[in-house]
Amino acid sequence: MEFLAQNLLNGVSIGSFYALVALGYTMVYGVLRLINFAHGDLFMWGAFLGYTALTAISAAGLSPGPWVFVPVLPGVMIVLALAGVLLERTAYRPLRSAGRLPPLISALGAAFILQALARNLYGASYKTYPSSVSLPGGVRILGDVTMGTTQIVAVLAALLLMSALHVFVHRTRVGTAMRAVSLDHDTARLMGIPVDRVIAGVFLIGPALGGAAGMLVALRYGSFDFTLGWTFGLKAFIAAIVGGIGNIPGAMLGGLILGVVESLGAGYISPQWKDLIAYVLLALILIARPGGLLGERCAERV
Amino acid sequence: MNLRRGFSRFLGPGGNPARALPRYFGPLGIVLLCLLPLPLDNYLRAVLWQLGIYVLLGLSLHIIVGYAGMFQLGHAAFYAIGAYTVGILNLRAGWPILLALPVGAGLAGICGYIVCRPILHLRGDYLAIVTIAFGEIVRILLVNDAGGWTGGANGLSGIARPAIGGFVFRTNLEHFYFVLVFVLLGIAAVRRLEDSRLGRAWMYVREDEAAAEAMGIDTVRVKSLAFFLGSVGAGLAGGLYASRVSVISPDLARFQESVTIFCIVVLGGCGSIPGVVVGTLAMVALPELMRVVRDWRDGFLGLSMILMMIFRPDGLWPRRRSGLGT
Repeated sequence: MEFLAQNLLNGVSIGSFYALVALGYTMVYGVLRLINFAHGDLFMWGAFLGYTALTAISAAGLSPGPWVFVPVLPGVMIVLALAGVLLERTAYRPLRSAGRLPPLISALGAAFILQALARNLYGASYKTYPSSVSLPGGVRILGDVTMGTTQIVAVLAALLLMSALHVFVHRTRVGTAMRAVSLDHDTARLMGIPVDRVIAGVFLIGPALGGAAGMLVALRYGSFDFTLGWTFGLKAFIAAIVGGIGNIPGAMLGGLILGVVESLGAGYISPQWKDLIAYVLLALILIARPGGLLGERCAERV
Repeated sequence: MNLRRGFSRFLGPGGNPARALPRYFGPLGIVLLCLLPLPLDNYLRAVLWQLGIYVLLGLSLHIIVGYAGMFQLGHAAFYAIGAYTVGILNLRAGWPILLALPVGAGLAGICGYIVCRPILHLRGDYLAIVTIAFGEIVRILLVNDAGGWTGGANGLSGIARPAIGGFVFRTNLEHFYFVLVFVLLGIAAVRRLEDSRLGRAWMYVREDEAAAEAMGIDTVRVKSLAFFLGSVGAGLAGGLYASRVSVISPDLARFQESVTIFCIVVLGGCGSIPGVVVGTLAMVALPELMRVVRDWRDGFLGLSMILMMIFRPDGLWPRRRSGLGT
């Protein structure tokens, strides 16, 4: 029972990070119908930029404590938001009317560039955040089921960002415009919505959330390298599809489901096969319900 | 002519570019290819062999992506299946390579057929995603030593070299000729397929599936045949790879490998056989010869992919269009 509870808790905690990254994939897919393969690598850059900032703070003679996240996390989010917009302008916008294959290739190319940059600038070795930035202690939740303080804060931060996004998308004019663009570009344009700027806005928000997730994941797992975007990013992407790509609540649901299923699989079957579970889940979902759990039902062509 | 057009027009309608070339071009080309490695050093001969493998992979994926228009981003899985089948049959059962090769290719084909059946109805990018997932599943199975046969993360080593009678293929030059035979056979086969009833059905399905269906084409059968034949080609390439390198690892099924093969087809010019060769030169030979900047190889690759898509979306050697269309 406690074993189950502990695994469920771990699953929710990993799942909330999957969800945070999945949001970036799903929002871009929603407005552009494009699988933004570079998103996972922007997320990975979030972890690396955080690493740079923490190293710089240490080098400046300050001892990095948990407080550093207060300035660094928003800073990383801003840098990645700008990177996301730059990516959209250079690699995706010129291909807006080129059909679906060229932007896909372009996205893969951008992912290659971001990975090569990280590998060459930081080296191929594993990086770790200094342990002093973690909050000490843990909380006993139920019997022997515990959760580290850092972990709790990271999960809460992820949930907070997701709620903020939800409010933004459903309660503001820009959010409404985003939903309109994702339904139909032409009609949205006829209604006076600046489609290009809305799409740029999506590329502002998605990578910002991804970058925050990158730092939080690096903090939670301790170490990471330049393949993080690929290994973790692909899983997050799977989460987006499981929930129904293009659907924001779907991405959150998919992330949580994937995290829980994976964590239960690791606990009850074998940690070795953990990764397989995600892919099998994806294959089953796509075969049985191609639109995802909350997505449109779209087995056939558009 | 607008450079930026939709996917179906991107692939272009039928028409055989090889027809435009004089008749002696084929035999002359073969002779030149046979002479090509002779003045080169051992390293360049090995590069040529590698190019041969990738041309085979490109040709096989070309059937699925170029003709049938399905986004297959897990092709390396079948490459790995072919390589491991040959490796396991050779190491465990002592089969000679020449006997194991067709079995490896066949098994890859059967796997391709089984995998594609439940996913054929999926739309472009969804299909791409499931194939990515399948590639990863194969890689994880190999890493985790499924059934105790694959040797885990270290892979298999000590696979024998191919031998005909008493002659064993050992040097890079001999292996190049061995692969060249399969490449030429592959090109001939794909060209024959292109003009066949099946090839025309593929292109019809690619251009408009509903219309093809209405004209009486069994789209499920036609598409699964594309998957089957493409996977056979990949399995064959895998077997050839295993028998030359003799050490294989789960890295064969990496996503990067699938992307490389996919880009060979797309960058070369979807739907043209010379395009596959040009694409291979761009994706494999160029990075190989740029070893000086090896660390930035992937970065350059990525940059050229983006620039290609923006400035030359039809590929380096696009398929020539017949009078109809555009």
